[in-house]
Amino acid sequence: MTNAVVVEGLVKRFGEHTALDGVDLTVAEGTVLGLLGPNGAGKTTVVRILSTLLQPDAGRAEVAGLDVVAQADQVRATIGLTGQYAAVDEHLTGAENLEMVGRLYRLGKREARARGGQLLERFDLTGAANRPAKTYSGGMRRRLDIAASLIARPKVVFLDEPTTGLDPRSRLGMWEFIADLVGEGTTILLTTQYLEEADRLADRMVVIDRGKVIARGTADELKAQVGGERLELTVATVEQLAVVTDALRPLAHGEPHADQQTRRLSVPVTGGTDTLAEALRRLAGTGAEVLDVGLRRPDLDDVFLTLTGRPTEETESSATAESTTAASAGAQS
Amino acid sequence: MTTVAQTISDSAVITRRNLIKVKRVPDLIVFATLSPIMFVLLFRYVFGGAIQGLPPGVSYAEFLLPGIFAQTIVLGSTTTGASIAEDLQKGLIDRFRSLPMSRSAVLIGRTVADLGLNAISIVVMALTGLVVGWRINSSVPEAIAGFLLLLAFAFAISWMMALVGLLVRTPEVVNNASFIVIFPLTFVANTFVPLETFPTVLRVFAEWNPVSAVVQAARQLFGNLPEGFPAPDAWSLQNPVLYTLLWVLLFLAIFVPLAVRAYLRTASR
Repeated sequence: MTNAVVVEGLVKRFGEHTALDGVDLTVAEGTVLGLLGPNGAGKTTVVRILSTLLQPDAGRAEVAGLDVVAQADQVRATIGLTGQYAAVDEHLTGAENLEMVGRLYRLGKREARARGGQLLERFDLTGAANRPAKTYSGGMRRRLDIAASLIARPKVVFLDEPTTGLDPRSRLGMWEFIADLVGEGTTILLTTQYLEEADRLADRMVVIDRGKVIARGTADELKAQVGGERLELTVATVEQLAVVTDALRPLAHGEPHADQQTRRLSVPVTGGTDTLAEALRRLAGTGAEVLDVGLRRPDLDDVFLTLTGRPTEETESSATAESTTAASAGAQS
Repeated sequence: MTTVAQTISDSAVITRRNLIKVKRVPDLIVFATLSPIMFVLLFRYVFGGAIQGLPPGVSYAEFLLPGIFAQTIVLGSTTTGASIAEDLQKGLIDRFRSLPMSRSAVLIGRTVADLGLNAISIVVMALTGLVVGWRINSSVPEAIAGFLLLLAFAFAISWMMALVGLLVRTPEVVNNASFIVIFPLTFVANTFVPLETFPTVLRVFAEWNPVSAVVQAARQLFGNLPEGFPAPDAWSLQNPVLYTLLWVLLFLAIFVPLAVRAYLRTASR
């Protein structure tokens, strides 16, 4: 299978700060790559280089067989980009926004209009087609933004955190649109902070942190590294912690972890809600006062804990530093 | 399509987009025309009586209006910078830069749309001027040349402001920064009062200030410099049309390439 995106040894510095420190990745034609990482990890910088907005300091990148630096013009005709912020003109209507972008992709006036109409329908915006985009909700703006990036039927689409800031319903809708797009054979590079999102949409994932790839593989491969689901609960007193640990030990697939300070118990389990029901029965038998109980699936925090030994929050300080640099440089990272 | 044809077609798409905004936000055009009307009335009636140094028989309204034209369009051109900074902030410049469109079309579309706004301002001011006593005492071709020269000057300033907008990046800061430059430029000039009243240092600055030249050129072309008016000493004001055109060409030669370069690199830092 040919690769629609090839990135080799990509390095990008903003002054003192190294945003990308030798990133390698490939995206096979017609597949979805999920690029995961906390804020400031360098996800957006990768996307900005691939979409020709930034030039790398070292390494090379190809999109659809075209070099992003030497053949930038041809790359731009091949790709669709949806950035972190819906880049729509709020004074234009939805239809006018799409027609404008279509014309700039060099579609004829009639074709730009017809294609815009199709996309408005597909993204449930037909009713709002003739309203200025400033009257749109956040979810509608995102959909219009994605529609704009698809107007010229690009072979490769970059979606930079397409669901960040969306409410859960809009997020589900967005996932369906993206899945449809993949069904049509489009190659997608998707950045996200949510493992669940990548899990749902991506064929393969690359996890980056501080500009370096720290893990790659399919969702199952990553989860195997991270561990499966866990039963987590909090009890009222430290004494009860030992009692409930003993009561739940038979259900555990691995060593339960009890934290005395927070009075929290974390038990690796399998079996989903059946196990939860069984655990609740056993807990009732102990008479312990359980304040909170639930099943947790691994998320990006767990990936980070496992892969780097620190939670994503600890990367916040470096992330903030980068976003400050990036904001002053105007480059969202 | 050839590159030139592509640039023209892309620029037309962007110009149209910018003009749609004017249509959708009528406040823009209301304020763009109200402030020149206000200036005309303020200077004509509040300061007009106190302005000294005009030769007898010269009406202040005739002296004033070309100055108001120049000041207003120079101020009007500063909106170019704020609009571009706003597009940058909203991510629109990123979108445009990721499209296979002409590399200069976003800036051409912006400056051309602002030229259109300035043309509307001039028409409104000219009509207001006619009401308060300003007259065109020259031929139609000369008057048209006068309006075109004013617009050419505004267009050149727009390109400078485009560069400022791309470098400064915050619309509010662009506005504040441009006032610091634009106010001295438009006031230390023959815009509102004759230069004879200025202290020497300011007078020399004012004589060579391009705003003075464009004002002098407009007065000449509209026939607002009657017989009794003292002839200027400086070459710049003796040949105001030529001197203004030189400034327009110089500005375009410097700021068009710089602004396009800044646009291409705007996220590349």
